[in-house]
Amino acid sequence: MDVKVAIQQLRLSFGKKEVLKGIDLDIVKNRIYGLMGPSASGKSTLISVINKMISFEDGVTMSGSVLLDGEDIINGDIDEVSLRKRIGTVFATPTPLPRSIFENVAFGPRLNNSTSRAELHALVEQSLRKSFLWDEVKDRLQESAMKLSGGQQQRLCLARTLALNPEIILLDEPCSGLDPISTAKIEEALAELKDQHTIILVSNNTKQIARATDFVAFFYLGELIEFGATDKVFTTPAVRMTEEYIQGKFG
Amino acid sequence: MRLNPRFTDKFVRAALLFQALFTVSILVFIVFIVFVKGAANITPEFIFSYPEDMGRHGGIFPAIVGTVFLAVLSIALATPLGVGTAIYLTEYTKESTLTRIIRFGVESLAGIPSIIYGLFGFIFFVIKLKLGWSLISGTLTIMIMVLPTIIRTAEEAIKSVPRNLRMVSFSLGATKWETVTKVVLPSAAPGILTGIMLSVGRAVSETAAVIFTMGSSLRLPTSLLDSGRTMAVHFYILAREGISLEKAYATALVLVVSILLINIVAYYTMNKMIARYN
Repeated sequence: MDVKVAIQQLRLSFGKKEVLKGIDLDIVKNRIYGLMGPSASGKSTLISVINKMISFEDGVTMSGSVLLDGEDIINGDIDEVSLRKRIGTVFATPTPLPRSIFENVAFGPRLNNSTSRAELHALVEQSLRKSFLWDEVKDRLQESAMKLSGGQQQRLCLARTLALNPEIILLDEPCSGLDPISTAKIEEALAELKDQHTIILVSNNTKQIARATDFVAFFYLGELIEFGATDKVFTTPAVRMTEEYIQGKFG
Repeated sequence: MRLNPRFTDKFVRAALLFQALFTVSILVFIVFIVFVKGAANITPEFIFSYPEDMGRHGGIFPAIVGTVFLAVLSIALATPLGVGTAIYLTEYTKESTLTRIIRFGVESLAGIPSIIYGLFGFIFFVIKLKLGWSLISGTLTIMIMVLPTIIRTAEEAIKSVPRNLRMVSFSLGATKWETVTKVVLPSAAPGILTGIMLSVGRAVSETAAVIFTMGSSLRLPTSLLDSGRTMAVHFYILAREGISLEKAYATALVLVVSILLINIVAYYTMNKMIARYN
């Protein structure tokens, strides 16, 4: 199997507080990975290491390595700006830019300046189709993105990320504020996207993890407690704590 | 003694309303006086002709041109400098001794009376740099004078742009500069514009600093090294030296109406800009 991201002995502290305590995890290409665990378990921090958004935080110390296609993105001399074009991120709060729907999706491709108008239009349509939003917005692409509902805005954010055709898509609790129908649409979109992308989904919702992912990693207080195929972890968890978390006994 | 809360509420509401009305009525009163005293003398001839006999007769065309030149030039120089400083302070540096010194400097500059700016401009630009009483000396002095306002308002406007928007921009592979120009500045534009408008107001209404640096020539300024006067200076001299109170009020009316128009146009544009995507 083709390892896309190899996380090895990753430790991370904010000041004196250690929030990732030696994580080892291999992320295989074209699969959906779920990261679950109660709050403060380190799952969102792990995501921000992979897209290097962690650089915007103060007082961070890290050790270990994260290899993207074999290249170390922590210790190596990697360009963060081009890295983020390869790794797309959808944040917990739907955050459209105060621009039109079209301009939101076109934001990333426009930064590269290389796409022609026709290509750009094709790219925007294709991205909106992939995120199951096209039919709802095709007649009003020039309207403000702020007018969309929360669920639509989050699918717009997904489309905006897809427009850069990223190798990896990180989703940090993308459905936490959404209704079940919007959630279902995002899950549906993810299922089709894994053919072309590697997906990492952080979620507090164990049912969503069970429905939408191929593999699952359970985190607790900065440690990786259990990792395995989602079917297996949800039917016969190896660790008692995982079982209790899945059953909703804590979290 | 405890007052009935419902009574207190009503009382406070009435008191606040009174205060608001009082403030507005002062403004209306001033504009009214200027209008009543000045309107009779406003003719196309007054606006488009040259003053005669120290301004006792004729129009104020050179003063209008002088005002426009001074305001446009000083704001055109102060805006990039001020907004640039604000961008540096908010986006490109962490809170440090340096930023605290810069901020302290800006605050201090904001508190200096304009006559001091005039004196500085006179000594430095007019005498030392041998620029004479000229449009350029006036422009540079006013530029320095309005910088603190532009920096402060731009800084506040930039700070109020949600962090989320920046993070989204970075996550899409934008560089810092791309994020500033494509995301932060468009969102901060209304606030920045407010600072610029305040500065325009200060530039066109300033007298002391202008007299010290630009002089008070009644001729039409045609080069940066020409002296000239603004409408505010013209008004001041007409009234101060008892040349013509009618012409002074007429000048004041033109000044007040132009400031009003500039504000209306600026806020109209701004509201259109905001309404477009919110």
